[in-house]
Amino acid sequence: MTAVLPRDTRGSVSTYDVEAVRADFPILSRQVGGRPLVYLDNASSSHKPRQVLDAERDFVEQHYSNVHRGVHTLSQEATDRYEAARSTVAAFLGARDAHELVFTKNATEAYNLVAYSFGNAAAGSRFAIGPGDEVCVTEMEHHSNLVPWQMLCERTGATLRWIPLTDDGRLDLTDLDALVNERTKVLAFVHVSNILGTKNPVDVLVARAREVGALTLLDGAQSAPHEVVDVQALGVDFFVLTGHKMLAPSGIGVLWGRKELLDAMPPFLGGGSMIEVVTMSGSTYAAAPERFEAGTPVISQAVALAAACDYLQAVGLDRIAAHEAQLTARVLDGIRGLDGVRVIGPDTIEMRGAAVSFAIDGVHPHDVGQSLDELGIAVRVGHHCAAPVCRRYGVPATTRASSYLYNSEAEIDALLDGVVTVQRFWGTA
Amino acid sequence: MYQEIILDHYRRPHHKGLRDPYDVEVHHVNPTCGDEVTLRVRVADGVVEDVSYDGQGCSISQASTSVMTDLVIGKQVDEALRTSEAFLELMQSRGQLEPDEDVLEDGIAFAGVSRYPARVKCALLGWMAWKDATAQAVASSSGGAAT
Repeated sequence: MTAVLPRDTRGSVSTYDVEAVRADFPILSRQVGGRPLVYLDNASSSHKPRQVLDAERDFVEQHYSNVHRGVHTLSQEATDRYEAARSTVAAFLGARDAHELVFTKNATEAYNLVAYSFGNAAAGSRFAIGPGDEVCVTEMEHHSNLVPWQMLCERTGATLRWIPLTDDGRLDLTDLDALVNERTKVLAFVHVSNILGTKNPVDVLVARAREVGALTLLDGAQSAPHEVVDVQALGVDFFVLTGHKMLAPSGIGVLWGRKELLDAMPPFLGGGSMIEVVTMSGSTYAAAPERFEAGTPVISQAVALAAACDYLQAVGLDRIAAHEAQLTARVLDGIRGLDGVRVIGPDTIEMRGAAVSFAIDGVHPHDVGQSLDELGIAVRVGHHCAAPVCRRYGVPATTRASSYLYNSEAEIDALLDGVVTVQRFWGTA
Repeated sequence: MYQEIILDHYRRPHHKGLRDPYDVEVHHVNPTCGDEVTLRVRVADGVVEDVSYDGQGCSISQASTSVMTDLVIGKQVDEALRTSEAFLELMQSRGQLEPDEDVLEDGIAFAGVSRYPARVKCALLGWMAWKDATAQAVASSSGGAAT
């Protein structure tokens, strides 16, 4: 399969050609309310370049069939492309072996897969969990990496603990050694927070987890789209991403896990494809990753995800990260210059991603979002599926602007001008 | 969408603050955005004697709750419920309904909100809390009469 590369945007960071990137994304040329769309809701979901749309269309039009099931030509071509997609995404993450990569329908399913594997494990297994055992998360988790663990603890009698937050939006690691201890079975935490933008010190957390023999799961939904991720260098045991936040369609997510762990884990969903021998009295299960891909998988979406990985690598993730850092600095500097507007989360560029949550005094985020929409600016408002974070910082919700590889400095300026317009309309500036 | 009437009610809400006496208190939330309202209802002799509330939320949810209290306090429960149905119908109209000012008074200002499906639930938060609380108040008083 030939990767269709984006227009040539290679070169130094200073010559990052955002207009060339933008030209690959058809939706960016549309208008909203008679104004050019300014899309700053990328932490929620991203748009798709033609190269990804074309790859999915080509696959469906020319090679589509079910996978792992037939001997006919299309079945083989579809299977080859599905497995090639697995290899591409595995390489994208720096995985040792494509068999360490499980396709799921989204990140949420991946967390649930791991949590249910713990719950389903036989007594004495490494994954068995029960009263006296602990699961540790952080207070800044997305609900998808919090609720499955709460449910696991409810089912098994294990105890859920969490690392609290500092006033400036970082993890408070003061009591880390007590929170992650000999009873901890798994430490599940977010790489880059979707609401605060905080980038967490993976090395510190992994080091502590290893000291006590706890497994680590890293939520990479907000990191994998934006920077080079090497799961081996990170040293975690599981890593999760979702396709739709990284230029691919919705309906495809990824669980990466160390092979020896996946091979030892009991299955989550039962059904076709995940079995070895089935009799009426019982079944044995396939090896990973098939063991965790029951039923017809998300086929064309996996092919599209691989195309998205190719696209991101062709533009260059280091260059994307540098471009986004410039945009994020512009947002933070701009907000710092506005009276009555404050950032919720780290207000400097160090150890942070591109999502910036903020509050405008005297204007509810819903009204901020609606007023910005009238200017053609798309931001997310609400609790961002991280309600405990809003509670921690005493706000009902936040307004969040999150940029990506195709956003421009002019769009950041439009946002900042829009915030001032909102303040004037609501009589708060 | 942001009519002057809505902004007035948002900045100077009517009947806000929790009061005694009351028959039923409910707490309604909009889980997608975190808006919430705690609302108390006092029903006596089939009349909505008082509605008091406290809450937090966007201009639409807060103003709509304020307008609602104006429209239901002092009315017979049946009539207040009909008003609530008229408001619900307006909010589900996607901008296609000409509201009756005699029935909805300041509530007509929300006609524009009905064109924004994402905001309709904001406009209905206080109304749904009131309807829930009133139904409970009526049920408990009729239950009491039966014994």
